[in-house]
Amino acid sequence: MMNWNLYSRGDKFFAIMVSILIGMFTVATLYPFIYIAAMSFSSGFAAQAGKVVLTPIDATLEAYGYILKDPQFWISYRNTFIYTIGGTVMSLLFIIPGAYALSRPQLYGRRTWNLFIAFTMWFNAGLIPFFLNMRDLGLLDSMFGIILAFAVNAFNLILLRNFFEAIPQSFEEAARMDGANDFQVLWKVFVPLSKPAIATITLFCIVSRWNGFFWAMVLLQSEDKIPLQVFLRHTISNLSDNDEFAILQTDAGFSAETVTAAIIVCSIIPVLIVYPFIQKYFEKGILLGGVKE
Amino acid sequence: MAMVDKKSSAGTETVVPKQTLAKRLDRIQMHIRREWQIYLMLVPTILWFIVFLYKPMYGLQIAFKDYSIFRGIAGSPWVGFEHFGTLFTNDQFIRAVKNTITISALNLIFAFPAPIILALMFNEVLNASYKRTAQTIVYLPHFISSVIIAGIVITAFSPTAGIVNTVMGWLGIDPIYFLTQPEWFRPIFVGTGIWQEAGFGSIVFLAAIAGVNPSLYESAVVDGANRWQMMWKITIPSILPTILIMLIIRIGNIMEVSFELVILLYQPATYETADVVNTWVYRQGLQSGQYDLAAAAGLFNAVVAFVLVMTANTLSRRFSRTSLW
Repeated sequence: MMNWNLYSRGDKFFAIMVSILIGMFTVATLYPFIYIAAMSFSSGFAAQAGKVVLTPIDATLEAYGYILKDPQFWISYRNTFIYTIGGTVMSLLFIIPGAYALSRPQLYGRRTWNLFIAFTMWFNAGLIPFFLNMRDLGLLDSMFGIILAFAVNAFNLILLRNFFEAIPQSFEEAARMDGANDFQVLWKVFVPLSKPAIATITLFCIVSRWNGFFWAMVLLQSEDKIPLQVFLRHTISNLSDNDEFAILQTDAGFSAETVTAAIIVCSIIPVLIVYPFIQKYFEKGILLGGVKE
Repeated sequence: MAMVDKKSSAGTETVVPKQTLAKRLDRIQMHIRREWQIYLMLVPTILWFIVFLYKPMYGLQIAFKDYSIFRGIAGSPWVGFEHFGTLFTNDQFIRAVKNTITISALNLIFAFPAPIILALMFNEVLNASYKRTAQTIVYLPHFISSVIIAGIVITAFSPTAGIVNTVMGWLGIDPIYFLTQPEWFRPIFVGTGIWQEAGFGSIVFLAAIAGVNPSLYESAVVDGANRWQMMWKITIPSILPTILIMLIIRIGNIMEVSFELVILLYQPATYETADVVNTWVYRQGLQSGQYDLAAAAGLFNAVVAFVLVMTANTLSRRFSRTSLW
């Protein structure tokens, strides 16, 4: 169907124009990242004078030096790893057995349970009751609270349940013949057969934990518990309206802009590392998720 | 084994339609004793939903109470619809509702078509590796946190250091402090949304395009149609159901403006055009401690959203059923 040789001159022109437009959009998507990277390696003076466009100007590592010397940067980086790993493991501990149970035809009140879960996708009590609930549970300023309170997500649960439901019964029957119980069926039959779906959910969990900001900002007060995103936010807002910093930076080779850029680069790098793995799965994952309820 | 049991229990149900409660409980008990492992696996998830999602719904009653921290949710006195009365005479709240709808409408007009156009364009790119590379890049911003997105926007639009003002300087335009100007907030917000989500959003439409019957194109080629005609006469009509369903979902989510990004990008100078319901709730409730009033605003938002989503669901279900052929 798509054969260049069969294309008329008009078709060739069209295809080339489209390729150019795609190229422009791709460059426009990529450019802000290049700009930020260039900014992070530029001198504070060059940055403030608006000289940074594509490449570092007066290349320096001062901004990185400033960030890497800040103990709070390392604390929040460590915390983000804890939230990401702890949160993802917690999610899987809930979601895998939960999805298995919900996929069982013999589950009593199956429709009701499914509705019970799906309802939360349509109606949400909102910020204030959620916050007050966390306070009443004693989970304010608690790392465990963050890990637990965002462990389950109806969308992921339903996605995996759908995947489990699609597994042919013959696989299970063979295991049952050998006397396997439900835990063994789940672990030895369903989980190995659902690797793509579980990988998708795992990666979604990792990304959302790594990026999680709002509730971490609202629920956590202690500096030693905040994740990288909250630290980044604090730094950006402190730098932009802090006179002390303005005085400090005139002597140093960095500015608010270059420091901000350096933190952005540091927090994007892990995302870029896992991105190829994510990409392998998310296209499938989205399409799985399309088969709702 | 399980199948046989299910059949026999279904059988008794038809023979004896009205069981006594005791008998029924007895049957459930036996069932649970046999299938206890499934229930053991279900319980943590259900408990989690009760504790973290349903219990806050019980807490929603403070929208109708004069809530005080010391008296607690149950102990605070009822005030009926007083908070709702306050809300609808509050200019800031009304402004927030209007802003929410306006920003959603702008998203619908400008951000909704972007992934469709992008998917149609990707479909016309012949070079597979070029296409693959471009896709890899345009999907990326979706996975970047809103804090970083906001950081990039704040840097790029900064009056002195930002690239936008640098380029404007080359063209002889005076610098603008974009993020303090109310009239610039919405273009920047909607534009940022397109930059971040258009690529990722195109996946759904690309999947729909991949599902189009290839013989349609083959016969079009025989008829001498060009690619442009095929796009309009075959591709677009074929993915129209997907487009409509996505549109309905978008309309259902009109009350959901990504308020995390709003919080990160707005400032008092731009509240006029930027403040949405959830950011208002955040300031009134979590920052000023007016929990009951903020909860009432949140409830209003949630009820409107619920009605919209349910309507959208019904529409899309009806639509996807009839659109099958």
